Formats: sequence, C-alpha cells, structure tokens
Amino acid sequence: MSLTLEDPRVIEFDVRTDEMLVNMGPQHPSTHGVLRLLLRTDGEIIHEITPHIGYLHRCAEKIGENLSPPQWVPYTDRMDYLAAMNMNLGMALAVEKLIGMDVPEKAMTVRVLVAELGRIASHLVGMGAYGLDLGTFSPFLYAFREREIILDLFEELCGARLTYSYFTIGGATHDLPEIIPIPPGLAALTKRNKNMKLTWLEAVEMFLNWLEPRIKEYHTLLTRNQIFIKRTAGLGILTKELAISHGCTGPVLRGSGVDWDLRRDGEPIYTRNYAGYDFDVISAPFEDAPREAVLGDNWCRFFVRMMEVVQAIKLVRQAMAKYPKSQGTHRVPYKMSTKLPVDEAYLETECPRGAMGFYIVGNDKAEPYRARAKSSCFCNLSVTAPLCEGFLLADIPAIVGSLDVVMGEIDR
Amino acid sequence: MTAEDLHKLLTTQFGESKITGSNFTAKDPWIEVAAEAIVDVARFLKHDERTQFDHLNDLTGVDYFEPDTKKAAKFNHQPHVEVVYHLTSYTLRHRITIKVKVPRWKDETTKTIPEVPSVTSIWAIADWHERECYDLVGVNFTDHPNLKRILCPEDWEGHPLRKDYDMPLEYHGVRGR
Repeated sequence: MSLTLEDPRVIEFDVRTDEMLVNMGPQHPSTHGVLRLLLRTDGEIIHEITPHIGYLHRCAEKIGENLSPPQWVPYTDRMDYLAAMNMNLGMALAVEKLIGMDVPEKAMTVRVLVAELGRIASHLVGMGAYGLDLGTFSPFLYAFREREIILDLFEELCGARLTYSYFTIGGATHDLPEIIPIPPGLAALTKRNKNMKLTWLEAVEMFLNWLEPRIKEYHTLLTRNQIFIKRTAGLGILTKELAISHGCTGPVLRGSGVDWDLRRDGEPIYTRNYAGYDFDVISAPFEDAPREAVLGDNWCRFFVRMMEVVQAIKLVRQAMAKYPKSQGTHRVPYKMSTKLPVDEAYLETECPRGAMGFYIVGNDKAEPYRARAKSSCFCNLSVTAPLCEGFLLADIPAIVGSLDVVMGEIDR
Repeated sequence: MTAEDLHKLLTTQFGESKITGSNFTAKDPWIEVAAEAIVDVARFLKHDERTQFDHLNDLTGVDYFEPDTKKAAKFNHQPHVEVVYHLTSYTLRHRITIKVKVPRWKDETTKTIPEVPSVTSIWAIADWHERECYDLVGVNFTDHPNLKRILCPEDWEGHPLRKDYDMPLEYHGVRGR
C-alpha cells in the first residue's frame, strides 16, 4: 500500500511524529525562576502551552492582613526582587492614598531619583537575561557589571543590596548619604583611586556619565545584531487588542503600540512625583526598527526597555539637579499604630515590568483589613498561551523571555 | 466621566434593581452591581462609547467577617464577600470600581462557596484573576472555562483569605501549625 501525504499517519514525507507532553521547568534556566510550562508538541511545533505558577507562593497577602503597613514593606521587596525599590514605592503610595498623607517635596525628589535608578538596574537584568535566553553570554556580564555599581550605591543608601525596604509610608527611611567611599566597581571602571571619597550624588553622576555611552554598545551587541534580530523580530506578535484584553501593562503593552505610561497617565498622587520632569513615553512602532520587526513582536518589547533606560537616565539627572533645591524632609513620621480609615484605596504605579497595583482596605485598625498586590507579570504571563502556539520549541524562551517575568511577583 | 454620571447612566440602562448601591465619597468611588447582572453591566461598560472600559486593572475578593464571637458585635460590616473590579479606559482616561456583594456561603450548612458569573468572555485576563480569587477568597465563578486553583496546589483545602480559615494541621506529611 502506498502512502500519500494526506494520510494522517504521515506528517512530513516518511517521518512520523507523535504528540508529546513536555514539561519545561520549573527548574529550566530560561524560565526565569520557577515557572513550569506544560507543552503539547508535535515534533518541534507547539500546539498548546499551559503555564503553571504558584511554586513561589509565600502568602504575602495573608501576611499583609496581620501587619501594620510599614511592617509589610519588606514583604513587597520580595515580590519583584529585581526592582524592589519600585515595589516599596507602589505600596507606600497606596497607603498614603488611603490615609490622605502628603509627602514633602524632598521625599518626592528622592523617590523619583532612586526609583528610576532601580528601573535602570531592573532593565539591565532584563536585557542581560534575555540575551542569555537567546544564547549570548557577554551582554549578561556587561549588564551585571553596570548593575553592580547601582547595587553598591543602593547599599550606601540603605544597607541592603537586593531587598531595600527603603521607601516607607511617608517618604524614605534615610536621606541621601553625604560622603561615601567610591564603589569599587566604579573606581575600577573609571580608573579612579579606590580610596577616593565623594558624595553619593557625585557617585551617581559619575556612574551615569559612564553608563550613557555604553548603551550604544548594547545596541551593537544585541538590538542591531543580525542573529538577535532573526531570533526576535516578527516572532511572538502581540496585537494591541490581545494586549489590552489580557491586561498587559508596561513595556509589553507599549511594545504593542499603546501609548500609556502611569508616570504620565496615572493617578495624581503618583504623577505629581513626576510633575516638572521632562521625559518621553516610549511606545512602538519605531522608525528605526529593522525591516523584519513587526508591531508587538519580541524585538519591539525589548527595544522599549532599552529606550526606557535612556529616559530613566534623563529622569535621574533631573532629579539630581532638583534635589539640593527641594524643600522639606525626606520623611514624614508615620506611627506603626496609626489606624487605617474605614475605606479602601487601589493604586497602580509604573514598575519596570508593568503596572503594579496595591489595594488596601482599612477597617479602623493599624493592620489593613485586606492587602492585595496585583502583579503586572501575572497579567503579562497570561498571554504566553496565545503567543506561543504554532511556534517552534526553540522560540519559547525567546517569547517568554521577552515578556520579562519575575516569578516572585507573580506568585507573591 | 465621573462616578455620579456613570451611576446615572447604569441606572437608566439597567434599572435600580440591578445597580444596588454606590459610594461617591470613597477614595475610589464605587458602584455596586447585583451578581446576576454583572456580565451585562461589564459588557456595556466595555463596549458603550460613553464608557469604553477596555482595561480590567484588577479583580479581587474581600471577605467581610469577624470570626471572634466576642468581637463580632462591634464589627462594622455585615458578613459578606465582595468581588471588586477595578476598571480603566485607555481612550477616555477614566476609572471606576465595580463591586458585587454576595453572601459568604451559598449554603451555610454545607459551606458551599457563593456564585458570581464570570466576566472572562469580556476581559480575557479575568480568567486568571478569577482563578486566583476562587483559589484564595473562595468565590465560584460560574461559566468560567477552567476554574482551577492557580497559586495553591490543586489538592489544597479551603480558601486562605477567608477570615475564618484555619491552616491545615498537615499537608502531605508537612506540619502546618
């Protein structure tokens, strides 16, 4: 009996393929933490993909119901641990919205300065880790070299390198430090004496001056690299409608062509921090995109992040200029026993990975009646299934990596 | 559009029997909708050109209950479960909070969780948010395509964010409390 190609047992010429269930993760290096993807594959083609989450669930919301807001701040650090500063800020602002607290100008300036530095650090990891997903190692090392200096600066600021708990209700725990020893990485890169002492702001200035010309190098290494373009452009196309329906936020949404940034379009209690700053909201399409790039593909999402680093540098510089002139203190005291009013407040802030929302319900007690953290990565990850279906197995890390998810935030 | 205008619009559209309450002085003004009308109201809010709420920011649940009988008399809420929808319109740039209030249990004796119709057909992200709300708060979203636990393991018992929830004594040989 001769077989024809229409016969269901034959897929391609005489090679027969069976459907297979493949578990990718939870310990697969390209899944950014403990994400498990269950794939139904036909050879190399993905027919169905089901993300399984919850491996890092630490009951943050339940714990929040038993703690006063300043005590809950360290738990928000551990949500998006790559951008802990921005998590602290979102939570602090939500509580301030609930109790109707105003923070002084100086605290706002410090918040913008440090939160934008945090955004740079987070996007650097996003960039490096994405390169790693696609099989290139050197951008990762360069990104971590830069991030290391930001971590050193944060260490001088609050003593911690990853889980800062720096912003708290009413401002920031400390003012910016005066004189600090130069971070060793910065001394080595800028060829300064490693025993040099300088002010914290001078160190930030020195770092930004060093970082700014490097962004062009990252573009050469990744963004404009033909291999990188082949792996990212035209793949994982997220349409505007799908992005909005799936509640995508941040660079994922802007990569699909929605011009929406909470720093500009958010609620007044958040946007007033950024009042008077000059920055652009980066959203696709881009004029200088490679020919192969399509609106909403991996490349666009990646490029949004890269351009946001430039904007963040701009914002930090403006905040540094503003800081010496800022009035007031870095912190309004907040008593741990302050009773939260019988009301509720929901506030979203623009974190590096998207809009992180905190929903605090008060009930005349110091502890919130309900503390909810709405994760941006949770929503961004939910588009994995429609994005990956029909693509090749090797494209899964490229697509999931371009969403830049952090599991700590998804599972809370 | 302000919350008052939106409330007027919804009341003329659906009648007072479906739009059951509102609070315009809260930090986030909210409108309460009857559970059986939530899908129609959600569809209207998303597609009507005066509202255009195309973005579901968040969907979550709150359990109002005081488990301690001594403190229950002083508790300032009637026991109930709320499902809270936070909506934003990208085009018209306005926000609103919609609430659905249901009893804590559909059946008090068998501890059957209450039912709220699913809005997955309107906003795709509601799929995951409703799974999480079912998992942690314990609300049964009817017509949901895949209502399974999302953060807790599938064989977990109870809904941890219920105020009368007790941590299990042990789970697969691991001590709970």
